Amino acid sequence: MLLNQFLFLGAFLFCTGVYGALARKNAVLVLMSIELILNAVNINLVAFGAFRNNPVGQVFALFVIAIAAAEVGVGLAIVLIIYRNRRSIDITGVDLMKG
Amino acid sequence: MVAENIAFGVIALAMAFGAIRVVTTKNVVHAALWLVLVLSGVAANYILLAAEFVAVVQVIVYIGAIVVLFLFGIMLTRAPIGQDSELDNNQRWAALVLGLLLFGVLGSVLAKAFGRQHVHITSVQRTADVADSVFTTYVVPFEVISVLLLAALVGAVVIARRD
Repeated sequence: MLLNQFLFLGAFLFCTGVYGALARKNAVLVLMSIELILNAVNINLVAFGAFRNNPVGQVFALFVIAIAAAEVGVGLAIVLIIYRNRRSIDITGVDLMKG
Repeated sequence: MVAENIAFGVIALAMAFGAIRVVTTKNVVHAALWLVLVLSGVAANYILLAAEFVAVVQVIVYIGAIVVLFLFGIMLTRAPIGQDSELDNNQRWAALVLGLLLFGVLGSVLAKAFGRQHVHITSVQRTADVADSVFTTYVVPFEVISVLLLAALVGAVVIARRD
């Protein structure tokens, strides 16, 4: 297996996630796009770990998974409070801090 | 070697299609279900790379916990179940251009940097080796992440509580 096939798959997932995070209005869908980005990073970490025959890639992938779980928990709590205050989770309307 | 490449091709095509559907579908619940396909594909890639422990953790944490959390988020915010044409904002063409540009830059850099280097998987990377690494060299980041998870848990409860 080529190293690049995994790296290209990771790059594709990353770019799809960036598109989704920029183009979506619904806050839950933006969080899903961020999960795509984090998974792209994880594929790269594990692929390089296998390439160098070193377990450190897997260790960092596990750290990223733990941080992603924390991020989704706090993110969905924030989405819930936005919904409670505005009765909608359209994030184009959340621009209170816009200069 | 050939079997691995065929497996990778099938999985990668399914993942690419699923990822595109996650960011383009008009139905919020369907987006979560397509996300499940992409996450299982990532787990299958870990198996191909002989990283079994990470693959199992991926299934348990991502598909088991995070997707359920997303579905709860969709339910609690009463997103319209079914078709909804108001999911994309007006900067989607700029976002598409940026995504394609980013993929072009990343792809050309990767092709130049790693060319045709092969991954030689001689044996499965043992979970014991991963555990040794976590609990010796990376024990401080590991403990920091435990505190981070606790802080995120308390923070989520404090933010979402009705007072």
